[in-house]
Amino acid sequence: MTVLPVVRAPDPVLSRAGATVDPHDPAVIQLAEDMVSTMRAAPGCVGLAAPQVGVPAQLFVVDVTGHPKASTVHGLLVLANAGIVEASRWKQGREGCLSIPDLTGDVKRAGRIVVVGEIPGGGKITVSTDAFEARALQHEIDHCNGLLFVDRVSGAHAIYQRKVYL
Amino acid sequence: MEFAVTVIGHDRVGIVADVAEALARLGANLTDSTMTRLRGHFTMTLICTVDASVGDLEAALRPLTDVTVTVREVGPDEPISDAGEPYVLSVHGADRLGIVAAVTRAVADARGNITDLSTRLTGTLYLLIAEIDLSSGTAQALAQRLADLEKSLGVEISLRQAETDVL
Ligand SMILES: [Zn+2]
Repeated sequence: MTVLPVVRAPDPVLSRAGATVDPHDPAVIQLAEDMVSTMRAAPGCVGLAAPQVGVPAQLFVVDVTGHPKASTVHGLLVLANAGIVEASRWKQGREGCLSIPDLTGDVKRAGRIVVVGEIPGGGKITVSTDAFEARALQHEIDHCNGLLFVDRVSGAHAIYQRKVYL
Repeated sequence: MEFAVTVIGHDRVGIVADVAEALARLGANLTDSTMTRLRGHFTMTLICTVDASVGDLEAALRPLTDVTVTVREVGPDEPISDAGEPYVLSVHGADRLGIVAAVTRAVADARGNITDLSTRLTGTLYLLIAEIDLSSGTAQALAQRLADLEKSLGVEISLRQAETDVL
């Protein structure tokens, strides 16, 4: 397992829609494992998408275990080709991103979502979740589609300078 | 009388209190104001109403030696009609000359009124967020113009309707 270098905005790979992947491709499974290591190596990091390690692909990892704003927690989620099929209870919240380390922003996200995707090396999965885990999944699915949180901030004064990386 | 006051200078603890107290002593009523730090510089812009002169206000603020103050009288302003629909515009990309000029000119050409704007440079990432009022039916044409700018400026631009839910 390798900790991969994380790319930062304005790297153009972060703004490209990722290609769908074959979840049984050994290279995809390896990439997913390396992304988990990379997420674990970054203090406070709760999610990482393939474009953030320079690969424009529909693959991400999330783990919000222990986060104070989390309600439903699935532990480690590794999803390929994921999409949101249901979204409700929209709520404003603050979020940051490993690829934009100096800023945070207020973004409206669904507080309750259903996501379908594929597990690398496994089958299809449906994930129903809420609160912070729902926010993390939406943030990572956005990455897979070439979108950053700054593309969704709620207003001119909804961007904040981060003093310490949380 | 209504006055516009700007205060710019070195940021320090108590600077807002010093400005507010100086104005209060003169009997000035602080109406709309905004204060922020821009790359560490303290910046404050405010409107106040007071039965005094520009000279009185300047004298009241003169003891604040570590900031630059401007005062001017402003008349009651005809607000631009708020008939438009609110949008939020995000622009991000590698810093280069002329991003703000090109994007805001596109908005102006679409008769869009910018009501709020902020920009940030962090590392090599340049970020612009603007709130815009657009007349109905003009968003499509502006989005097209912005799509062209994305290519010529090498930046990412998104234009979306602002959330205006009243909770
Ligand atoms: Zn991110």
